[in-house]
Amino acid sequence: MFAFLDGPRFSGSVTESQRAAVASGVTVPPDLVSQSWVARLNRSGAERDAAVAELHGLLLRTARFEINRRWAAFSNLYGADLDDLAWQSADDALMSIVRRLGDFRGDSQFTTWACKFAIVEAGVKVRRHAWRTREIPLAPAFWPVVADPAPGPHQHAEARDLLWALREEVDRLTGRQREVFVAIALNDVPIDVLAERLNTTRGALYKVLHDARRKLRTGLEARGLGITMGEQS
Amino acid sequence: MTANMPDGADARVLAERLLGPKGPELTCEECFDVLDVYVERELADADAGAAMPAMRAHLAGCSACRDDYDSLLALLRNGFGA
Repeated sequence: MFAFLDGPRFSGSVTESQRAAVASGVTVPPDLVSQSWVARLNRSGAERDAAVAELHGLLLRTARFEINRRWAAFSNLYGADLDDLAWQSADDALMSIVRRLGDFRGDSQFTTWACKFAIVEAGVKVRRHAWRTREIPLAPAFWPVVADPAPGPHQHAEARDLLWALREEVDRLTGRQREVFVAIALNDVPIDVLAERLNTTRGALYKVLHDARRKLRTGLEARGLGITMGEQS
Repeated sequence: MTANMPDGADARVLAERLLGPKGPELTCEECFDVLDVYVERELADADAGAAMPAMRAHLAGCSACRDDYDSLLALLRNGFGA
């Protein structure tokens, strides 16, 4: 099971949906269909069993949808593997949903809320399965260099300076930051694959990546090479 | 291994991709918590990114969460989840 879905909850932070609800001044109760889902899953006996079976069917269809979207990128996955991954994803998503049913506040439809568990479970399983026999590249396997000849002397120099500076700043990162940055940002290793290999969580690794990126930006800005294209309004 | 980088503009695009979003962003866990709300806003033609900029920033910087977002959006657009 994907620990990310069952890890400790953020107890002190206010989520964006909560902020949005506060900002709009509107509190919307769950729709009737969603209320029915929650009520049936909270009951016992045959009615709950039927709801669980119905939910599992939805999760299995969702997991198959996700795996079908992803499998083409991974040539080492085959039919039996794929459906086995879909069943595992649906089973694990169902367990997470039952465990976290009290977290559902009705900010979205229940089925949307539930399907995201299956999407994440299936996505993680496909990526991990596809990488299970591959080595994780923690050293730069791809460092762009300036072409020779370049379109013009000025553009050539600008590209060379920026990439060279970035490379030097990467060398100034801590060992952990450099490993994570190189693997995820430069070598496109899926973050959940790396998290599994390093025995940590996706969230913890993203924090390392975030800190590395911030350090790189600061270093580039100190050189007069600030990158501003991605600023958020 | 290296690859050619033809000009300064492309180099900045590459650097921007490597460096990720500049503004404040959610964590992966917080992103998961609001993913369903964000996607439903998108489907309702609301500007989810404007309402939830830290979520938008995280999706720009985290390819795994972006994959999850793309898939949930595609799922609902295909009539699943109902």
